[in-house]
Amino acid sequence: MNTLKAAQFRVVFVHVVLAALCTVRVVAQDAPDVGPHPHQPLKPMESHIGHVTGHAKDAKTDYRRYCAGCHGDQGDGNGENAVWLDPKPRDFTIATFKCRSTPTGTLPTDQDLFNTIGRGVTNSNMPIWNTFTDHQRANLVAYIKTFSPRWEKEKAGDPINIPAEPPVTIESISHGKALFTKLECWKCHGPEGKGDGPSAATLTDSKDQPIRPYNFASGGDDARFKCGSTNQDVYRIFMTGVDGTPMPSFADTIQPNDAWDLVHFLRTLQVHRHSKENDVLKAAGGTIPPYVDKAAPSIQPASGAAGGGN
Amino acid sequence: MRASKYAAAILTATLCPVLMFGGTVSGKVTYTGTPVKPKPIDMSKEPSCAKQHNPPVTTETVVTGQGNTLENVVVYISAGADDANAPTQTVSFEQKGCQYLPHVLAMHTNQDLKVLNDDQTSHNIHPLAKVNREWNKSQPPGAPPIDAKFDQPEFISVKCNIHPWMHGWFAVLKTNHYSISKENGAFSLPDLKPGKYTITAWHEDYGTQTQEVTITGNETKSVDFAFKAKAY
Repeated sequence: MNTLKAAQFRVVFVHVVLAALCTVRVVAQDAPDVGPHPHQPLKPMESHIGHVTGHAKDAKTDYRRYCAGCHGDQGDGNGENAVWLDPKPRDFTIATFKCRSTPTGTLPTDQDLFNTIGRGVTNSNMPIWNTFTDHQRANLVAYIKTFSPRWEKEKAGDPINIPAEPPVTIESISHGKALFTKLECWKCHGPEGKGDGPSAATLTDSKDQPIRPYNFASGGDDARFKCGSTNQDVYRIFMTGVDGTPMPSFADTIQPNDAWDLVHFLRTLQVHRHSKENDVLKAAGGTIPPYVDKAAPSIQPASGAAGGGN
Repeated sequence: MRASKYAAAILTATLCPVLMFGGTVSGKVTYTGTPVKPKPIDMSKEPSCAKQHNPPVTTETVVTGQGNTLENVVVYISAGADDANAPTQTVSFEQKGCQYLPHVLAMHTNQDLKVLNDDQTSHNIHPLAKVNREWNKSQPPGAPPIDAKFDQPEFISVKCNIHPWMHGWFAVLKTNHYSISKENGAFSLPDLKPGKYTITAWHEDYGTQTQEVTITGNETKSVDFAFKAKAY
């Protein structure tokens, strides 16, 4: 009898606790207009993506259901799941974003944030949110912008210009390889782009968390970069840099044609991925010839070392 | 043109006495306790830099002199001075031998800053700003200087991610009254009008201290700071 009573009590007790929890949950959900900052009303932030206008107030439910678990109710990247994640979820309160079309140190465009939500972030726990409608995504972009006062004070940067891509040739690949050496991309990404350069092990992001350089050799035909998968996306990444990470912007130091040559070479580091670059390389015999700088005055004959640059 | 030159000369002539005969706050920064010993930096991964340093250079987080003096402390007027505009001259931050020269660079908000690379290797300049905008730019050998400015006061940690031992600071201040302590710990803040000032001393590892000072005229007030050394 005693055990039965105890069991009954347990059942009742559990029900009571559950009911209490549910009440708390319901109350929390019904709480009036609790914005990202407690006791402050949600900022009436908007986003504009093409003809779609997003409103922060309309993203409240979606943000709580789909984003807050990692990015946190306050948008500070400290959601309850954050401890399990590497790399850590983005902290929206500092408004530093990796994937931008805008120069390093500037705010991204609404379109950039919209794209990141839809694309997800490869090699991280940020999934591809292709289940949202364009309106939902636009609303979430507006909501993200309520977390930092920068969005009220600053405008997004001007998107960098990406000129038309020149044709892939073995010369452009060869020059790209010389640039890969000269600009010392290999110091982090490794001589074969495997993310194992001499500085790789020491890299940390701006929150002092260890971070790995991109491994170009991983992945096959579905290989994606953090901020896209097309040649234009690669071009954009090294012109804008990946803010908040060790990857700098090369916009001040590299000419557009050179940047395209570098893109062509980087594609050949993706050894398991079919590409026009790998086709050109294969047709040329499979090895990248040393780069000869035709424009430079021939004070000394070009050394035989591949990627000698200058 | 000529008129404006005269105007400038007259302006300088009238202002100079005020500037030259103001009060001065000077003193010394020291530490108590036992600071961490500087460690030699291994630059073997960058031979072009390693060969410039024999013996190897040491870490600059805590730099001390004889008599427990503390170098690289930014001493500045944090309250009391008039809001001044940024000086027109440019401050330079140099990368040489895979080190930052100077290790701590002070500047006014919105003052022009030039970052130079004298090395035969690429650097990336990465000011890890939290109040100002964080940015990160590559600067290969022979590349032109990078121009920058910061519009908010902040002590900004600066890193080169390619060479992880490279670490420096930008001290962005709202005042032109600043001084960085030398090896003998000495600092001097001249040209102070009579008034009450708050003097702040900032060290990258030991934090900040403040003291109040009142300047009544053409006098030199002595103010010393003593930081407690961290054991690790």
